[in-house]
Amino acid sequence: MSGHDGHACCGGPVAAPGAAALPPIDMAHVTLRIGDRTILSDVGLTVPAGAFVGMLGPNGAGKSSLIRAILGVVPVAAGRISVFGRPVGRGNHDIGYLPQFPARSAPRLDGRSFIAAALHGERWGLPCDWRPGRHRRHDAMEIDRVLDLVGATHLAHRPIDHLSGGERQRLLLAQALLGRPRLLLLDEPLASLDPHRAREVVALVDTIRRQLGIAVLFSTHDLNPLLGVMDRVLYVGRGAARLGTVDEVVTDPVLSTLYGMPVEVIRANGRIFVVADGVVQS
Amino acid sequence: MFAFEFMRHAFAATGIVAILSGLVGYFMVLRGESFAGHALSHVGFAGATGALLVGMPPFWGLMGATVLAGVAMGLGGRGTTQGRDVTIGLVLSCMLGCGLLFLHFLTTSATRATALLFGNVLGVDRSMLGWLLVLGVGCVLAMAALSRPLLFASLQPETAEARGVKLRLVSTIFLAIVAVVTAECVQITGVLLVFALMVGPAATAQRLTATPGWGIVLSVLLAVGAGWGGLALSWWTDCPASFWISVLSTGFYLAAGIRRAVEGRARAGEC
Repeated sequence: MSGHDGHACCGGPVAAPGAAALPPIDMAHVTLRIGDRTILSDVGLTVPAGAFVGMLGPNGAGKSSLIRAILGVVPVAAGRISVFGRPVGRGNHDIGYLPQFPARSAPRLDGRSFIAAALHGERWGLPCDWRPGRHRRHDAMEIDRVLDLVGATHLAHRPIDHLSGGERQRLLLAQALLGRPRLLLLDEPLASLDPHRAREVVALVDTIRRQLGIAVLFSTHDLNPLLGVMDRVLYVGRGAARLGTVDEVVTDPVLSTLYGMPVEVIRANGRIFVVADGVVQS
Repeated sequence: MFAFEFMRHAFAATGIVAILSGLVGYFMVLRGESFAGHALSHVGFAGATGALLVGMPPFWGLMGATVLAGVAMGLGGRGTTQGRDVTIGLVLSCMLGCGLLFLHFLTTSATRATALLFGNVLGVDRSMLGWLLVLGVGCVLAMAALSRPLLFASLQPETAEARGVKLRLVSTIFLAIVAVVTAECVQITGVLLVFALMVGPAATAQRLTATPGWGIVLSVLLAVGAGWGGLALSWWTDCPASFWISVLSTGFYLAAGIRRAVEGRARAGEC
C-alpha cells in the first residue's frame, strides 16, 4: 500500500497536474482606487493554496473594496489580480462570497428559499425550485449538501426574520459554498456577533476549509477570534498591504507603517491588543 | 350578473389584470419597490390626460408614460429603488399636478377624470380586453425569463453582482414590466388605487408563506379574489367596484396580520 497514499481516495475531481500549484490569489503591482481614494498602491502578494488568511485593517482601509476587486466587481487601476491563475472576472465559480451583512431588513422567506435563489441565480429563466424533475432533484441535493456542511439543516424551513445573527451567518456561509468553490471570500462575517458566536463561526469556517481543502480570505476588525486558526494575516492600510504570519506582520514597526502613527502591539493571555494613538484597536 | 356583456368583459379584464398584479406585485413587495409602482401610475395619469389633450387614446398615453418613467427609474437607479422615497414622492406629486393642468385645458366632463383616477372596469370594451390579454401574456413570458435573476438580485444583490447578474439591466426590465402592468391595472382600479391590486395581495401572501413559489401562487389567488369579489359586491350593492377591491385587499392584509399575531402568541405560550 505504501507509495500510493496520494491516490487512496477515489471519486471526487482530481486536479490536473500543476493545478494545485496555482495560487488562490495572486496580485502583482496592484493599484486600487475607489473614487479619489487610493486603497492599494503597487501591492504584490500571493495567497498560498489552502491558507486561512485573516484580513485586518482600520475601518475604511478598503477591505471590502479589495474583496470586490478579487470578485471582479471593482476594476483595478493598475496591475493584475489572478484567481487560480486566471484573471479576475464576475461569475467566477471558483469563488464563494459572503457579503457584509446587509443593513436592509431580512426578507420574510425561509432559509432554503434564500439559498435556492442563489443557486445558478445568474441564469435567465424560472427559479430552480420550479424547474421540472431531474434538475430540481439535482439542485435540491446541492442545497442539502451546503446546509449540512454548515450544520444549518434545522434552519432550512424557518423564516429568516426569526433567526439570530449567528444563524443568518450560517445560511450566508452555506450560500457561499454552493457550486463547490475553491476560495472563500468572507467579508466581516463576525460583525454584530458576540464573542462566543464569533468563535463558533470561525471554528465552523476552519472545519469546512480543512474538510474541503479550500482557501479562505476572512476580513475582520478584531484579530483575536482568528488567533490559532489563521495561518496568515493580511494587513491593509494607507495604500499598503502586508501578508505574512501573525508574528511577522502584527508587530510595532509593520503596523505603525500601515496605520501611519505609532502603534504598540501588546500580547497578553493569548490575545493581541493593538494600541494606536492610545486607543485599543483590536 | 353574467347575462350582460359588460359584466362578462369586466370579469375577464379583472381576471387578467389581477393575475398579472399578483405575480409582479410579489416581486415589488419583496424588493421594497411598492411605492415605485404607485408613482408610475401617477406618471401614467399625466400621460393619459396629455394624450387626451392631443386627441390620442388615453390608454396608449398612459402606457407610454409609465414605461418611459419605469425605464428611466431603472437606468437612473443603482439596481434598486430602495431609499429614494423623497424623489419618488416628488415626481409623483409633480405628475399628478401636470395631469390636473392637462385636464384643465380639456373640455371633457369630469367623468373622464374620475374614470382615470378611480377606474372604470364596467367600461372595458372588446378591443381593450384584447389588448389587456396580449400585453398580459407578454408580461407573463417576460417574467418567466426574468424571475430567476430577479429573485437572486432582490434577495442578495451583492452576491448576485459578483456572480455576474447585471443588476441595473434586471431592475430596468422589471420596472418596465411593472409599468405595463400598472397601466393595465389603471383600467380596473384607476390611478389612485393600483396599490389595492398590486401591493395588497402580494403583501398578504408574504405574511402567510415563507417560500417564493407558494407566495406567488397565493398572491395571484388573493388578487383574483379581491378583483372578482369586488366586482360581485359592486353588482349586489351598487357601489363602485374599485371601492370594494380596495376594501377586500386591505381586509386580507389585516386578517393575515391578525393570524400572524395569534400564531406568534400561541408559539410564545408553548415555550
